[in-house]
Amino acid sequence: MAEANAPTEPGSGQPKASKPPNAEPVSVEPAEPGIASRLASWLFSLPVVALAEVGMVFKLLWETILWGVRPPYRVWMIIAMCEFIGVESMTIVGLTGTSVGAVFGLQLVEGFRRLGAESQTGSVVSIALARELAPVFSALMISARAGSAMATEIGSMRVSNQIDALTTMSVSPVQYLVFPRVLAGLLMCPILALLFYFVGFSGAWFVAVKLYGLDSGIFIERMRWYVDRADLLQGLTKAAVFGVTLTIISCRQGFYASGGAAGVGLATNRAVVQSAVAILVLDYIVTTFFV
Amino acid sequence: MTDRAQKVDPNADPVHVAIRDLQKAYEDAPVLRGVTFDIFRGEINVIIGGSGAGKSVFTRQLLRLERPDKGQILVDGEDIAQLDDWKLVPFRKKFGMVFQFGALFDSMSVFDNVAFPLREHTKMSRKEIRDRVMERLATLNVAHAEKKLPAQISGGMQKRVAIARALVLEPQILVYDEPTSGLDPVSSRLVDELISETAANFGVTSVVITHDMASVFKIAHHVSMLYKGVIEESTTPELILKTKNPVVADFLKASGVNMG
Repeated sequence: MAEANAPTEPGSGQPKASKPPNAEPVSVEPAEPGIASRLASWLFSLPVVALAEVGMVFKLLWETILWGVRPPYRVWMIIAMCEFIGVESMTIVGLTGTSVGAVFGLQLVEGFRRLGAESQTGSVVSIALARELAPVFSALMISARAGSAMATEIGSMRVSNQIDALTTMSVSPVQYLVFPRVLAGLLMCPILALLFYFVGFSGAWFVAVKLYGLDSGIFIERMRWYVDRADLLQGLTKAAVFGVTLTIISCRQGFYASGGAAGVGLATNRAVVQSAVAILVLDYIVTTFFV
Repeated sequence: MTDRAQKVDPNADPVHVAIRDLQKAYEDAPVLRGVTFDIFRGEINVIIGGSGAGKSVFTRQLLRLERPDKGQILVDGEDIAQLDDWKLVPFRKKFGMVFQFGALFDSMSVFDNVAFPLREHTKMSRKEIRDRVMERLATLNVAHAEKKLPAQISGGMQKRVAIARALVLEPQILVYDEPTSGLDPVSSRLVDELISETAANFGVTSVVITHDMASVFKIAHHVSMLYKGVIEESTTPELILKTKNPVVADFLKASGVNMG
């Protein structure tokens, strides 16, 4: 059916050459594909689209690394981005951390009490926070707060030609816009994950010790007994990986945004959704390296 | 502002940029089908054409914001059509660009916008930067708005700030994309004068993309008409009035030009 309205052959620079009327009888249009075949082609195109997207992100990451190692080094820009991604995310990460830690503590005290094992609450809370909850939750919160803002900002710059303006002034937009954000993500996400861990543990401690009367000494001592450096290292590695992931995905979405305000909205939407999916998938992959 | 005045070297090749058979297609839909013409040194080269003729796409190739599929862009004899990003840096510094809607950085003040290229590319001190920026802003009559954000000033002022930003590094070639679109007739003529004065004062080669025929006859030294991805005619404003090319004649008539 594509042939029916195929564009006129470009020809050789003769745009005015009129096409002779088609002498052949008009071919019968094939019937509309059924719903089953449309569903099938949509399903088969999904992995292709996903792979193309992953490829695009890795290409931008590679360019970011190449441009990042070249001077000039805009230290003040990196500091500003660390403030934006790190310092300004402390409130939301702290709030989420306290809440997750408190609820987790509550559930565990309740659950372990049935087995008479509530003294293990401290160690289990701590291991879960250090390995999984702190890096994953803090990355999801940073993506929702900072990733979406980055995609919107860079996307608006794209659709109003500001990125082209940077290029024409021979400032690499990848070096100027993307690299400081990705580096700040790499540096700040582990720090925020640590913050999440500490406030989460404090929240669990408050619920278990102050509200449920567990012994504070046992709670903390069990944590020290069971949690070792490897657990923390696993969490920090994940946080660093997630930091790069969410910033590069958000930058990619903004950087290649098109289509005005609606396009920027779509880019922001995709940035958050793709970051969340990527964080959850990578969480499993990174964990396999540690177990 | 006089340091570059009359700086066009009389011994230099009069052709500053030569475009040869430039082609660009998007997803198999050709937009530029072999653009060939010359951009003359120190003069105002106007490119006219209707909507969809490929003017914006041509600008994007000329500034190498995109890579053309085929053809050459010879800047002072050197082909930049297929160069990689890092090799383009010295050539990019030869170009200044004034975007249709200014494309000023909306998070920076007027002053910072104009100072940006100096901070990025020169080792000038704060005071030198301040002096240079204020001088440019004063020349273009926008010095009083230095502390304002782009959103707080009018469209005409944004355009003048954009010209100041494009000029601050003293480029050799200044490209204007639709400089008068969206402006009232009085502001449009002011922008025309600005383009002429800039070309005369700084000795820059100007490339003006427009469909405003009133500007063409006011400022152009050379005029080239882009139609369906090829240059139909490239000549002087006087000679284009006597054109035999029906496409060009139709365009001029439709624009209200009184053909001699």
